[in-house]
Amino acid sequence: MTTIRRFEEESARAYAQGKIGGFLHLYIGQEAIAVGAAHALRDGDHVFQTYRDHGIALALGMTPRAGMAELFGKDTGCSRGLGGSMHFFDVENGFFGGWGIVGGHLALAAGAAFKSKYLNDGKVTICFFGEGATNIGGFHEAMSLAGLWKLPIVFVCENNQYAMGTPMSRTSAIEDLTLKAAGYGMIGDRFEGHDIDTTTSRLQLAVDRARNGGGPTFIEVQTYRFRGHSMSDPAKYRSRAELEERKKSDPCHIARTRLMEAGITEDQLDDIDVEIDTQIDDAIKFANESPPASEAFMHNSVYAPSLITDPHRYDPTNGGQA
Amino acid sequence: MRSIRYREAVREALLEEMDRDEAVFLMGEEVGHYQGAYKVSEGLLAQFGEKRVIDTPIAEAGFAGIGIGAAMTGLRPVIEFMTWNFSFVAFDQIISNAAKIYQMSGGKITVPIVFRGPNGAAKQVGAQHSHAVSPFYVSIPGIWVAIPSTPRDAKGLLKTAIRDDNPVVFLEGETLYNVKGDVPETDDDELIPFGKARIAREGDGCTIVAWGSPYYTALEAAEELAKDGIECEVVDPRTLRPLDIETIVESVKKTNRCVIVHEHWPYGGPGAEIADQVQRRAFDYLDAPIERVASLDLPMPYATNLETLVLPTVPRVVEAVRKATYAR
Ligand SMILES: Cc1ncc(C[n+]2csc(CCOP(=O)(O)OP(=O)(O)O)c2C)c(N)n1
Repeated sequence: MTTIRRFEEESARAYAQGKIGGFLHLYIGQEAIAVGAAHALRDGDHVFQTYRDHGIALALGMTPRAGMAELFGKDTGCSRGLGGSMHFFDVENGFFGGWGIVGGHLALAAGAAFKSKYLNDGKVTICFFGEGATNIGGFHEAMSLAGLWKLPIVFVCENNQYAMGTPMSRTSAIEDLTLKAAGYGMIGDRFEGHDIDTTTSRLQLAVDRARNGGGPTFIEVQTYRFRGHSMSDPAKYRSRAELEERKKSDPCHIARTRLMEAGITEDQLDDIDVEIDTQIDDAIKFANESPPASEAFMHNSVYAPSLITDPHRYDPTNGGQA
Repeated sequence: MRSIRYREAVREALLEEMDRDEAVFLMGEEVGHYQGAYKVSEGLLAQFGEKRVIDTPIAEAGFAGIGIGAAMTGLRPVIEFMTWNFSFVAFDQIISNAAKIYQMSGGKITVPIVFRGPNGAAKQVGAQHSHAVSPFYVSIPGIWVAIPSTPRDAKGLLKTAIRDDNPVVFLEGETLYNVKGDVPETDDDELIPFGKARIAREGDGCTIVAWGSPYYTALEAAEELAKDGIECEVVDPRTLRPLDIETIVESVKKTNRCVIVHEHWPYGGPGAEIADQVQRRAFDYLDAPIERVASLDLPMPYATNLETLVLPTVPRVVEAVRKATYAR
């Protein structure tokens, strides 16, 4: 969680220095959800997320180097500098992307879960999105199909209270979002997402249910983002007092308390912090020194190697690969 | 005349039209309390209230459809897409419904609606957020497509769009909101008709047709070329449907050369359409093949070193004109 926090703080700094461009949506304040989810999953499971995707990517095992280099638009980045902040990918660690169109990735995640059912491969998919996304058609169609076909998926709505500048009271006719799941025959769960112990155990329940053939779950995790929607949002729509109040349940502080309760000393935690700082510094240095995104690769990035001119090369016994 | 920003020009058009017609309202994400994601609707909520400046949830297909339904039954909605990239989830409403209703109803029902918002690449916003959408919408009969380059055109065309009884796709330049330009006084009520191109710069060396952000790229290239004695005539169509092909053809008859500059992909779209019409109408006048400068045929990469290669640039326009004038 601290790695994510420090990664995000340094990205904000690099953005201010002009090293990072475009949209940058920070995950600060929501860390316990991504880390809890990563704990609940196994190798080979699948995860989909919105543009607010650095946290989960790091939690699943992406190196800060690959993440930072992506933000800097470098060839060594996780998407070779072509994706940017909103489009991190790390298939080796089960991360199937940061997606930019609200609601657009929910059906993709349901598709990955469909694959697991089709192949009976025992994998589970987690799909993250914001509360704002529960108002768009893409959400409802994906939920409807996942509920109908009992797909092994967990829909995790990170309710950080605001969709850009709009509080949920002005976007949803109901407050309890699990009611939306009920209409699709899906089990719902709802809890506060500041405490890593809670997020891990509750997500684990849903992931296990999906893995054991119990079908999909919709989870509303109540959380809060400490920064604006993206770097260009000064977040004038909420009061300083509200923010300060929310910061009292900073998930990173809570995690620290939990670790101390478990017998880890302050000194040990400080040592870990120093280690993380070193790692993030290294990521920045790596990103700075890496070669820029490749023009040659850009030209080869539109189509996968194609066999349309020689379709006989298709070989189904080899996973369809030529 | 006074000099105002493109953003303010759009805002003035909205304000004036809402002021004169109770049936006009503005609906979209963050248009009210947030004052617009690009601050285009700043102050409108305070002036017109929540009844007429309506914040929506993220539900483009829903609020585009609500707008169309309201337009069918007597209102004159202005629907804002936060950017045109998000219009694709509402595409069905526009192509299957808005564009078809007048004909399907035997001419009984009109759809006086404007869909508007920022179009085209901003800076480093990546593959899903960088679309120049004109090719998709301009191919649909039943819809007008306006794409103003200057503050004056933005204001005058938007006022016309709101008063027209047909669906209008109104493409504002995401990178143009801060551009300043002369706009008539507010009580002038200037309305710019659709289908009338504007000659932005006169010349007899080569015609450059350009619209949207690359319009400024074309003007800059024209200045560069003037230093070498090639005087370009820059024509801005202002609306892509209807398209003022006459003005373009007249210009080509004078210059005998034509370069088309646009941000959308090269395959099809208004760039290809103009090239096709010019070669048929002015074949005997052309001294060189028509050149086109477009975005590269790729999804937009994030990295800034690559993005600058993808978008039309001054050197690329200069080179195209040199090619068309055999000047290199
Ligand atoms: C279809 C669509 N409409 C609009 C946008 C612009 N947009 C990006 S994020 C966002 C707010 C999303 O809020 P929420 O779903 O709550 O997620 P959060 O960013 O709070 O994590 C909006 C309106 C978009 N990306 N896609």
